[in-house]
Amino acid sequence: MARPKRRRRVTNPPHFKGFRPIGLAEEKNPIILNFEEYEAIRLSDFELYGQLEASQIMEVSRPTYTRIYESARRKIAQAFVEGRTIVFEGGKVYFDSEWHSCRACGCFFTHPAKDQEIQYCALCGSTDIQEISENSPETAEEDRCTCPQCGYEKEHTPGVPCKTEICPKCNIQMMRKGSPHHNRMRNNNRLKNI
Amino acid sequence: MKVAITSTGNSHESTLDSRFGRCSFFVVYDTESQSTEFIPNPNKDNVEGAGPASVQLVASRGVNKVISGEFGTKVKSIFDSLQIQLVVLNEPEKKINEIIDLLNHKN
Repeated sequence: MARPKRRRRVTNPPHFKGFRPIGLAEEKNPIILNFEEYEAIRLSDFELYGQLEASQIMEVSRPTYTRIYESARRKIAQAFVEGRTIVFEGGKVYFDSEWHSCRACGCFFTHPAKDQEIQYCALCGSTDIQEISENSPETAEEDRCTCPQCGYEKEHTPGVPCKTEICPKCNIQMMRKGSPHHNRMRNNNRLKNI
Repeated sequence: MKVAITSTGNSHESTLDSRFGRCSFFVVYDTESQSTEFIPNPNKDNVEGAGPASVQLVASRGVNKVISGEFGTKVKSIFDSLQIQLVVLNEPEKKINEIIDLLNHKN
């Protein structure tokens, strides 16, 4: 049995169903363009990412990305030349959604229906919401240990886990700056302070 | 619209269960008819795959929104492709009827 396909990550699915040529009768068997193929065209030719970067965004290998992109271009070319309808459908994908937080009730929520704008908190209906970026710019910095309580920082010593370091001021365990754990703690603290 | 809430017990006085896949009960609340249904979680003691199995259970009830304390890593992508909204609430002491009141605030 062949190895199952990896699920491709699609961040921006199309908000319409497909394309139809002008001046031709409606066609019975349209060309099916998978969501992953749509996403490949979007990343490469609209966002102008390189194939390596785009493959990392879709969470597939670079050669696989090239195959998806190639197949997408061939399908679109076929549809153009033969005047066929294009329908977006299927593909082994998942739609990734961003997390948002509500400042009124302190909850976090996703927003899977991308074609609708987010206006209200999913739980309490408050309009005081904000998007959380998991890769905040601070994570790009060099390795540093930080104290979750007072924010004290020190250079990370390779081979010594940050959690074994003790903050000299608060006397508690430190953690790696910008780690998912630290980001979550920081988001929680931010909400508490509001 | 139907909302699933993870619960530690089968009454309105029970508190929110902080785990999704291995919670004790799912409360399915219908915002239109204001009715609630308590479903015991059959995947509670699964060694593996409790999250995806619970997603199947919740999705089969036609739920649009799931409220829990935390979701595992395997679960989010499945919910995203099913177009089900996730809500994470970091308040394990909150009671089920308090959460339902919060939800009704909107309508």
